[in-house]
Amino acid sequence: MLSGWGRTSPSAARVLVPTDDDQVVEALNERASRGDEAVIPRGLGRSYGDAAQCAGGLVIQTTGLDRVGEISRDGTVEVGAGTSLAALLRAALPEGWFVPVTPGTRQVTLGGAIAADIHGKNHHRDGSFCRHVVSMTLATPTGVHEVSAESDPDLFWATAGGMGLTGVVLRARIRLRPVETAWMWVDTERHRRLDDVLEALVRLDTTHAYSVAWLDCSARGAALGRGVVDAGDHALLAELGPAVRRDPLAPPAEARLHVPTLPTSLVNRASVAAFNRLWYATHPTRPGRLQHLGGFFHPLDAVSGWNGVFGPRGFVQYQFVVPPERPEVIGRALERLQRASAPCSMAVLKRFGPGDPGPLSFPMAGWTLALDLPIGPPDLRPALRTLDHLVLEAGGRVYLAKDARLAPATFAAMYPALSAFEATRRRVDPQGLLQSDLSRRLRIGPGTR
Amino acid sequence: MNDAFARPASVLVLGATSDIARALLDRLVEDGCTHAVLAARDERRLEEVAAELRAAGPTVSTLAFDATEVGSACSVVDAGFAGGRIDLVVVAVGLLCDQPEDERDPERVARCVAVNFAWPAAALARVADHLARQGSGRAVVLSSVAGVRVRRSNFVYGSAKAGLDAYARTLDQTLAGTGAGITVVRPGFVVSKMTAGRTAPPIATTPEAVARDVVAGLERRSAVIWSPRSLAALFTALRLVPEPLWRRLPF
Repeated sequence: MLSGWGRTSPSAARVLVPTDDDQVVEALNERASRGDEAVIPRGLGRSYGDAAQCAGGLVIQTTGLDRVGEISRDGTVEVGAGTSLAALLRAALPEGWFVPVTPGTRQVTLGGAIAADIHGKNHHRDGSFCRHVVSMTLATPTGVHEVSAESDPDLFWATAGGMGLTGVVLRARIRLRPVETAWMWVDTERHRRLDDVLEALVRLDTTHAYSVAWLDCSARGAALGRGVVDAGDHALLAELGPAVRRDPLAPPAEARLHVPTLPTSLVNRASVAAFNRLWYATHPTRPGRLQHLGGFFHPLDAVSGWNGVFGPRGFVQYQFVVPPERPEVIGRALERLQRASAPCSMAVLKRFGPGDPGPLSFPMAGWTLALDLPIGPPDLRPALRTLDHLVLEAGGRVYLAKDARLAPATFAAMYPALSAFEATRRRVDPQGLLQSDLSRRLRIGPGTR
Repeated sequence: MNDAFARPASVLVLGATSDIARALLDRLVEDGCTHAVLAARDERRLEEVAAELRAAGPTVSTLAFDATEVGSACSVVDAGFAGGRIDLVVVAVGLLCDQPEDERDPERVARCVAVNFAWPAAALARVADHLARQGSGRAVVLSSVAGVRVRRSNFVYGSAKAGLDAYARTLDQTLAGTGAGITVVRPGFVVSKMTAGRTAPPIATTPEAVARDVVAGLERRSAVIWSPRSLAALFTALRLVPEPLWRRLPF
């Protein structure tokens, strides 16, 4: 049984864990000649919804394709699709290189990073992940393609954010970022109103490479959307004290705590309200703090399997983006969820810079809010439908890597370049063999239901 | 595919002209179901239900069957799955039997057991195969509180439902790890055409309320859905009443 990180819609499939490229190519060729069984790649299963599962079909779990090549002098490196960002950092950081873009966890694969065209706290400056992909090797039902943004822009950008529906990335050459240390200078600002949080993000984005805000979704009325903004930059070697200077490029420590799946959810209105109050109280405004990049970028990696606290029913993460001039959608979204009595255990707000050309790539200039919402409150589903409409009306969209519940028509309206994506897909997969539970649910591709 | 809230895109409804099935269909279509295969005995009524449903948007196809012909279950289910993936199968086949006229009439007892237990159980067995092959999907079976503790006043119907309930719950155990699952629904007395002419007890419910409880129960991933939910406590208590006392109760 496979499910996404939110564990909402598990399904069963055969799983192939290839250890070399040929096994992937063979599996795809075999299915292409028979034309019967659907197939989708999967990495570490960190997409929240049903993107990396394929009920009744074949799931190619790429984690065995984990070779990290030599880092060239210009900072490019060829990496196997199943390599986690954690493994890549372990190899690259001691040599003074950092990943160009990282999400809130290191436990994602390179293939997944491309398939979701992931973004990080530096999106306002550096765009999303695929902007830093020099080339990739893509296995499709019609053959293996060496793809770059120059050689085949349609296929390259369809794969960027294409949720694995254009083929299985075998490996990619990416451009790393040079760093002197594994440490960050972090400025923290706590603000009592949403407008002040937004203003701080705009202001701090001009001076910092990385920024993000945590919002207190329990706060109401005038305090609605109050939060804590973190803005950071890589620390230089000369700025470190003697103690850390001895090993300035030490990679982040691995998780020491593990949460099993609890029999019932610990996330409810009371626990969330208490957590939010505590978090807000313990994160006052504080300039110039030195923090290891593990703690700054990947706070949740300190506890593995943290999705277990949501119990067997699981949770959905709802992440949307709205244009820069429509920040009021953020407050309205928070209010609607409060009216639904839906506890929100985590709300993360970020300002995106301009988006990239991928037709299904999520980021676009504007505000993005991600909300963790346990399944349970009866009004949650209608509330999220309302949010879909607010987001769509504002010209925004919902992130497929998080989605487990969008309606096909709403999805199509949010991603108007869908037909361009479909056209590219038909070129490399005319039979429509590449399918996931997500593509079937959203009716991407031919004849799926 | 079912979404995170267990709302299906496609359904197969066996016994589609029942009031509960129709109420459930209305809700599912409102919540995004776009393809329905409807099966029932009465072809004219079946076409009426299909036409009403089509007006709300989804594509609808129909199948006629007779639940007294137990051998037909397999082919009816196969035909239901022939048009593609089914996310939710609703088994709402059933018939209220007449007591006391039926209880000593072998023909009528056989008929009541066929329609309420044998046919739906045979259909479920086939449904389980299809869902497991799909790697996902759920069947929801309309059982009844009548089968939880069988009462003298409707024991033919009650014992057939008890059999179906036990079969469905245990079949669900065998499906662990396949992506498929079975949910049992135990409504109380439902004011509907099936119960027309009978006196409703104090906690009577409606087809619309049962449909609402089913959708909410699927979303909560309940293995058993009571409708109304308060019946869970009542019937758990009734199940514990000692037999000598039970025999003396007036129902």
